[in-house]
Amino acid sequence: MALKIVKGSIDRMFDKNLQDLVRGIRNHKEDEAKYISTCIDEIKQELKQDNIAVKANAVCKLTYLQMLGYDVSWAAFNIVEVMSSSKFTYKRIGYLAASQCFHEGTDVIMLTTNQIRKDLSSPHQYDTGVALTGLSCFVTPDLARDLANDIMTLMSHTKPYIRKKAVLIMYKVFLKYPESLRPAFPRLKEKLEDPDPGVQSAAVNVICELARRNPKNYLSLAPLFFKLMTSSTNNWVLIKIIKLFGALTPLEPRLGKKMIEPLTNLIHSTSAMSLLYECVNTVIAVLISLSSGMPNHSASIQLCVQKLRILIEDSDQNLKYLGLLAMSKILKTHPKSVQSHKDLILQCLDDKDESIRLRALDLLYGMVSKKNLMEIVKKLMLHVDKAEGTTYRDELLTKIIDICSQSNYQYITNFEWYISILVELTRLEGTRHGHLIASQMLDVAIRVKAIRGFAVAQMATLLDNAHLLTGNTQRNGICEVLYAAAWICGEFSEHLEEPMQTLEAMLRPKVATLPGHIQAVYVQNAAKLFATVLRKHEGETDSQAAQETSQLLIDRLPLFVQSANLEVQERASCILQLVKYIQKLQQKNVEVAEEVTALFAGELNPVAPKAQKKVPIPEGLDLDAWINEPPSESESEDEKPKAVFTKEEHKHSRSRHTEVDEKELARRREARKQEQANNPFYIKASPSSQKVYDAPGVEHIPVVQIDLSVPLKVPGVPMSDQYLKLEEERRQKDKAERKKKEKKKKREKRGKGRKADSGPESEEDIRPAHQVDIVTEEMPENALPSDDDDKDPNDPHKALDIDLDKPLADSEKLPVRTHRPEVLKSPAEDRVHESIPQETKKRSGKEKKEKKKGKEKDRKRSKEEKKKKKHKEVEEELLESQPEEAVQSEETKEAAAPPTSAEASDLDFWLCSAPVPPAAQEETAPSSAAAVDTSSAAALESEPDEPKDAEPEDTKSSKHKKKKQKKEKEEKEKKKKKRHHHHHHHSDAGGEDSVQNGTVEEEEPLPPMSNYSLLAENSYIKMMKEDADQVYDIQGNHQDESKVVVSVIFENKSDSFLKSMEFNVMDSLNSKLQRPEGAGPHDSLTVPFQLPPGVSNEARFVFSVQSIVMPQKLKGTLTFIVKSDESSTHEKLDFKLHFTCTSYLITTPCYSDAYAKLLESGDLKGSSLRLEGISMPFHHLLARICFHHHFSVVERIDSCASMYSRSIQGHHVCLLVKTSDQTVSIDAKCDEPSLLGNVLDEIKQTFSKC
Amino acid sequence: MIKAILIFNNHGKPRMSKFYEHYTEDTEQQIIRETFHLVSKRDENVCNFLEGGLLIGGSENKLIYRHYATLYFVFCVDSSESELGILDLIQVFVETLDKCFENVCELDLIFHLDKVHNILAEMVMGGMVLETNMSEIITQVEAQGKMEKSEAGIAGAPARAVSAVKNMNLPEMPKNINIGDISIKVPNLPSFK
Repeated sequence: MALKIVKGSIDRMFDKNLQDLVRGIRNHKEDEAKYISTCIDEIKQELKQDNIAVKANAVCKLTYLQMLGYDVSWAAFNIVEVMSSSKFTYKRIGYLAASQCFHEGTDVIMLTTNQIRKDLSSPHQYDTGVALTGLSCFVTPDLARDLANDIMTLMSHTKPYIRKKAVLIMYKVFLKYPESLRPAFPRLKEKLEDPDPGVQSAAVNVICELARRNPKNYLSLAPLFFKLMTSSTNNWVLIKIIKLFGALTPLEPRLGKKMIEPLTNLIHSTSAMSLLYECVNTVIAVLISLSSGMPNHSASIQLCVQKLRILIEDSDQNLKYLGLLAMSKILKTHPKSVQSHKDLILQCLDDKDESIRLRALDLLYGMVSKKNLMEIVKKLMLHVDKAEGTTYRDELLTKIIDICSQSNYQYITNFEWYISILVELTRLEGTRHGHLIASQMLDVAIRVKAIRGFAVAQMATLLDNAHLLTGNTQRNGICEVLYAAAWICGEFSEHLEEPMQTLEAMLRPKVATLPGHIQAVYVQNAAKLFATVLRKHEGETDSQAAQETSQLLIDRLPLFVQSANLEVQERASCILQLVKYIQKLQQKNVEVAEEVTALFAGELNPVAPKAQKKVPIPEGLDLDAWINEPPSESESEDEKPKAVFTKEEHKHSRSRHTEVDEKELARRREARKQEQANNPFYIKASPSSQKVYDAPGVEHIPVVQIDLSVPLKVPGVPMSDQYLKLEEERRQKDKAERKKKEKKKKREKRGKGRKADSGPESEEDIRPAHQVDIVTEEMPENALPSDDDDKDPNDPHKALDIDLDKPLADSEKLPVRTHRPEVLKSPAEDRVHESIPQETKKRSGKEKKEKKKGKEKDRKRSKEEKKKKKHKEVEEELLESQPEEAVQSEETKEAAAPPTSAEASDLDFWLCSAPVPPAAQEETAPSSAAAVDTSSAAALESEPDEPKDAEPEDTKSSKHKKKKQKKEKEEKEKKKKKRHHHHHHHSDAGGEDSVQNGTVEEEEPLPPMSNYSLLAENSYIKMMKEDADQVYDIQGNHQDESKVVVSVIFENKSDSFLKSMEFNVMDSLNSKLQRPEGAGPHDSLTVPFQLPPGVSNEARFVFSVQSIVMPQKLKGTLTFIVKSDESSTHEKLDFKLHFTCTSYLITTPCYSDAYAKLLESGDLKGSSLRLEGISMPFHHLLARICFHHHFSVVERIDSCASMYSRSIQGHHVCLLVKTSDQTVSIDAKCDEPSLLGNVLDEIKQTFSKC
Repeated sequence: MIKAILIFNNHGKPRMSKFYEHYTEDTEQQIIRETFHLVSKRDENVCNFLEGGLLIGGSENKLIYRHYATLYFVFCVDSSESELGILDLIQVFVETLDKCFENVCELDLIFHLDKVHNILAEMVMGGMVLETNMSEIITQVEAQGKMEKSEAGIAGAPARAVSAVKNMNLPEMPKNINIGDISIKVPNLPSFK
């Protein structure tokens, strides 16, 4: 056997391996393709062999060839074979090849599912690792669905190496199978706090990637991330989290406020540039989201700008680039802060690095103002000259136009200057952006009426010198400008001084070399010019000039009639015939100018680019409805062979057109216009594509005369510079004029003299050179103010927009292979975890609908079942997840319950950094203030003492409790109207004769009114916790934390001595165990006593709690040493502390008038609860609410009572309890809806227990 | 997300390509060519970021690259990645290669494409950064290398001997990328763990 293997490998060693292949390719440089094709033939032979080693070698070579661009998908099946090898070496080769060339279209992928599943559960971590890596590259929706559960299991693998890979790959799974997101999310979230930094980082990575696409669903994680941000030292993690916050802040401005401080701290403290940069970026995002209301707003901005300046000034080009990039973000909201660094940015324009120059250009865009526009553009024009013939120059050109045209030419004070700039730009050779310049020319000429005269003159010059633009080059991008020039000259020909000359220029034979669409415009506008010329000469006795013009056209137009371009030809022959006709009329001395001009009459108004989209669909128009009934399927099928019928069909459809109503026609006309706008032969993006003949309101547009102090034509080549000087002078003049009136000459001189030392002018000081009317773009009537939905429907992340806070539904379980019975038995905890809680959940859901008796039975049954479960972990899971989930699902069933999810409210709480103090609360209910205030204050003082008294005696036997119960009932019947504190009284009374050391039986059918509950117990010790935590509030000392004291009774059940008890809980974000100063956050507290056998004692622990609107659960451990005569052992007891919302309520008396005012104030939000099958007497019910939930009865009338309580943070909680026929309805109001919701849930639970 | 990782030499010959989105082989080659065209015409001391890897993804993406001796290492990433972080990641990648190949040079990459892929797989998975700690990466790579060797066992011995003979006349190019040569100012990310 061994011999065979050796023999096989000896055969093999003369096969080509990867190295040989590479060497071979390198040795066959001249006929590489041929060599490779022979190699591929060899590989094909090798793949046919049975030896897996040979196959793996072949696949390895294929991977190399794939990199060189050879398609190797034909070997997909062999790759799968190699993947399924049992040897890691080959498996890895297989997975690598698969990851390089498999994709969703590869059909053999579906064969791999089981193989991958096997590898995922392999005992060797590297098999699993390799499978995960491979899968991450080629996961398909099917694979994702089938393997999601396996991968989820791996997220809790013992090896961090596997865990981190499993966590990362979940992102790919989510993308392909969005349904898996909700079931997997809790575990993913858990991994954020994984002890292994790698796993943690992976989880952060995945959640950040998810949150980036759908940030709003992840807002509730903000507190967790905030904690990570302040505790993590891993820069990768920090950067990701900080980036994530950048995405979250726009959704939640309060978050931003909370972020500023830690971020600024990081900015100051970090030495890592990457971290600094991301912090600055996020601070910018925060500041953008907080438009106002930040006192130290400007300080943060200043800090950012300052730091960015340091980056930009750095010699490292990378930092410079990033600095500019971040600067451009600040620019959008705080242009002033950036503008002060103009010098630096202009400097960057000279940088040798193109990326940096481009970034600097971006910045310039936002830095211009009316004041500095000319100056900046002048600088850019210099750069344009320097950067000849590069793409950078084109970029400069577009930037100049962008800068000038931004926000409706806001910063242009002198449009003549702008036109000159545009004309100067036409001198650029070989630019691709001719059409851009052209459209700017058109736009300005149409929208700025005052400039038309000047523009026309300039365009006429351009037309005259057209040879310069078209002359020496075939790269005729710039000749597009002539299109604009011709159109402007034609359309606004009334401004032309020498229309004849321009007409002549437009009809030169050289024009025929221009592109067709330009020629067409030439011809059309020549006709317009012709009309103008005719009109000019109208009335002259000598019609010679007019006739000469006609002759010119008749001579020149035939050239265009012969044009190969249809458009040119058509227009030319039309106009030619027209002119011939006119000539005839002229010869008869008929006055034709009027008629000819009428051909081109009318004003053009610009139309907004979105105008068409905004046209509302007329009422009653259903575009999807059939106009005529469609021919039925069967009919057409039957008749198809007959040729005659198809003819008829044709007719039929034609007649359809004629039936189209007016609206439809109008719509089509619009559509056609739109089409024309998109047609390259029409002017793109310019509003001039159609004439509006009956534009109403044109007359109302004020046309202002050009200020003639500005010369119309400036001699000399760089004209725009002249304007710059003129502008300078003009501004000085303006300024001077505004000053005291003195002698004219002196004034001017002084104005110039001051030029150097005069402070910067404010924006308002700059008056436009001439009043400019920028015609706004037209919109259709009734335009819908809708924003365009730009979201790409194909975006895979859209499917991941899933609410993660909703409780899981049964149907959302990840598919588990249930058809194999062994799966359920297998110790794969995960599956057990998943299925069992849901089963019991279902049951518990049913329970509640059933009547009381059935309920009890069921509950017992489920309890018994619980006990049967041997898996400790399962039980834990149950304890943890079930009650919460059950409560939540109940909540959703009841429409009345507040829909706020627990987490969201938690976030709210976390975000309001300073919760409303009680004083402020009372301000919100001012009417009740006086009454409540005094009483509550009194209660506040007295409250902490009372339960303390009660506590020690409160441990009593069940017998006693029953007795007490009875007694209580009796007493309460007597004192129906007695208000508050009576339960305390009772407990006190009961306490007097109580005996220490009692056992509480959980299964008691009627639970006693005890506020002690079992926390945990084992054979040595029993811990009992007082349910009604004694609470006090020291808001005065601690800004926003309340303290809760928990009394725990430790009872030694064993025969041994218990000592060195140490009590510890895992702090949550919200609740923390108060530890002595100097102790670490995870240190445990020593219980200050030892327990001899059979003795019990009580210890108190103080917790600081931030949010009281949510119930809290803390996991904890008690460690102790059991010392018996022979030995001493170290023991451990796990427990869970449950802080209910009720425990934060303080029984507070309230008078009915104050109560009524409180309700009237309208500051409270309502909710309600309905309990069915409550058979206990009403007073009994009230007593329970009072006792367990710390309410006091305000007023009671028959079967209706109002109750009041107040939280330690001053929230008012009001209840109206009504009962009728076993149904209790509770209407509740509170100023904190989530607190109320939780209290109601707890009340409900109290009553569901009995 | 990292969209693609490309390594090619000064002449644009691909030495390794890893695309985290599917493209046909032709498109891949075109992307490599175009990227090379963009990157190679840049001077040595300009910034390492390039916008407009037009073929991959579009304007949201950036090319972040480093040039070591004869090789370009190019990462195409989207906006969720930190630019400076990726630059560091490239440095970590190259340093890891250097450790694993003992003074890495272009030839190592040419002849051991699979190994390069395996190292990369320990750093980046499915387009997301998996591990940035060099020693952790090396540990995992070496552990897998050991596993491979133990699997080869007796059967592998003759093959190894043959390949040793074959490799005797291998060094036909100067064996050094020498990443230490060109001092790259790494923006310091002190704790990369």
